[in-house]
Amino acid sequence: MSDALLQARGLSKSFGGLAAVDNLSLEVRVGELHAVIGPNGAGKTTLINLLSGELPASSGDIIFGGNDISGLAPEKRARLGMGRSYQKTNIFLGFSALENCRLAAQSREPRPLNWLRNALSYESVMGQARRALDAVGLAHRASEAALALSHGEQRQLEIAMCLATEPRLLLLDEPLAGMGMEESLKMVQLIGRLGENHAILLVEHDMDAVFQLARVLTVMVDGKILASGTPEEIRANRNVQAAYLGSDNELR
Amino acid sequence: MSPITLPRSLLIAAVLLLALFPVLGATFYIQLGAKIMIMAIFALSLDLLVGHTGLVSLGHAAYFGLAAYALAMISPRYEAANLWLTLPAAMAAAALAALVIGFLVVRTAGIYFIMVTLAFAQMLYSLFHDTKLGGGSDGIYIQVRPELTLWGFKPLDLENPTQFYYFVLIMLIAVYIILNHVLHAPLGRALAGIRANEQRMRSIGFPVFAYKLGAFVLAGALAGLAGYLAACQFGFVNPDILAWHQSGIVLMMVILGGMGRLHGPVLGAFAYVLIQEFLSAPALLGPYAKHWQLAMGGLIVMIVLVLPHGIGGFIDIALRRYSYRRIQANGAAES
Repeated sequence: MSDALLQARGLSKSFGGLAAVDNLSLEVRVGELHAVIGPNGAGKTTLINLLSGELPASSGDIIFGGNDISGLAPEKRARLGMGRSYQKTNIFLGFSALENCRLAAQSREPRPLNWLRNALSYESVMGQARRALDAVGLAHRASEAALALSHGEQRQLEIAMCLATEPRLLLLDEPLAGMGMEESLKMVQLIGRLGENHAILLVEHDMDAVFQLARVLTVMVDGKILASGTPEEIRANRNVQAAYLGSDNELR
Repeated sequence: MSPITLPRSLLIAAVLLLALFPVLGATFYIQLGAKIMIMAIFALSLDLLVGHTGLVSLGHAAYFGLAAYALAMISPRYEAANLWLTLPAAMAAAALAALVIGFLVVRTAGIYFIMVTLAFAQMLYSLFHDTKLGGGSDGIYIQVRPELTLWGFKPLDLENPTQFYYFVLIMLIAVYIILNHVLHAPLGRALAGIRANEQRMRSIGFPVFAYKLGAFVLAGALAGLAGYLAACQFGFVNPDILAWHQSGIVLMMVILGGMGRLHGPVLGAFAYVLIQEFLSAPALLGPYAKHWQLAMGGLIVMIVLVLPHGIGGFIDIALRRYSYRRIQANGAAES
């Protein structure tokens, strides 16, 4: 049918009477950065929670790598190769940056691990954790407590944790939220690099970043897809301009 | 981040102190020492759940008591049971119960976890109290202590209080070392992650349920070891051994000593039992000794208020200050 790594078909989620995500279908391909934009309350984070398994869908199917994963728990989806970041930084604050990544890498260790052997003595896990930290540019902060990192560094660390699990798909929920100019720039470059060999679903409010990074854009309003297409198509779409972007035409 | 333990020098000093104690102490105190160390093993096993995994169990006496009953029920009436068979059997019984109960309770969290662990423990209590099993509410005697004989060689005679003391000391050291290894191993690191942020653990791919269940079973087996030793020491088991009092006392020891640090439960066991002995001694406090529970309660409230991280936490902070000052003093001397 297609080479999509992730497919959502007719995905819905309602909270009481409110349809947060309403009969939504989308695809994410390998090497393709798919951005989801939309006003606050459009259901973007709910969509990510449905895809990652943290919320059960009311209806609809999710196909990942050819398997129907609709009923799987989040840890099982993660083990199939999904990595996610959270809108609000979600890391192990009391642990060192390296330990955050080491734990993430440890989750992929297929062998039953020795009960009594020191966790730091597993070379493959340590190497994977170090590579992940290196990839986001945090290698020099490895032994720092996550708590002591700056906000931007904590967000980078969260992405490093995802990378340490060697995912095929990254679900990134507003990775630029609350970041300064310089930090944002670094993060955009990082996401751009990751996009080369991962499938990425990016939810983001920073339009400059979105239009710079995305190959495919989906605009969500009230849980539904308003429009989907290339950045050029979205820019030109009158509905999008009217409903979401307003009359300022900040995209021009 | 890493599990907190005491510096090696202090641990060795503590072991030496415990090893030399029987040379000085009268039989009563040797038996008291063994009793405290048994409780220390029990508290260590509970802290694996409470302090290291974040699962507050109020029914941990179930596994302690089950192993004690297991020994009482499989011991031959008038001869010694073989420790090499009965100890693993008793621990396996406790672990099996923890597996079955854990499979049901580990799904819950917070206050619900506290309630269901308590409920299952009370069910076991009723089972032993209200049926003929294990002598009903009267309990059951263990006439002869288990034997440590191995191919005709008998390293320790458990009937002798001093030798029993050393056997318990060896068990305590073994449990301490094993837990120290487990907590530094991938399993222990994962448990620390679950305690810190369970949602994150799941979204990076950890089967959190299986890890919690594993911790529950290991904690149950080690509580079983403690229960077996307690049954050995007292030679008598009745349903009180798995009642909720017992679960409460061991939880108090963990909190008093400082949870989440290996020396905490051990210090907590010593502090609790010694305070109790002191407050309930008529020789020292005369008629007030009868009301020891009142003073005990007040004292525990005070200690928890003054030392929010328990006695163990207080020691950790003191040690950190001491080493900080030494570094500063060295720095000043060099410059």
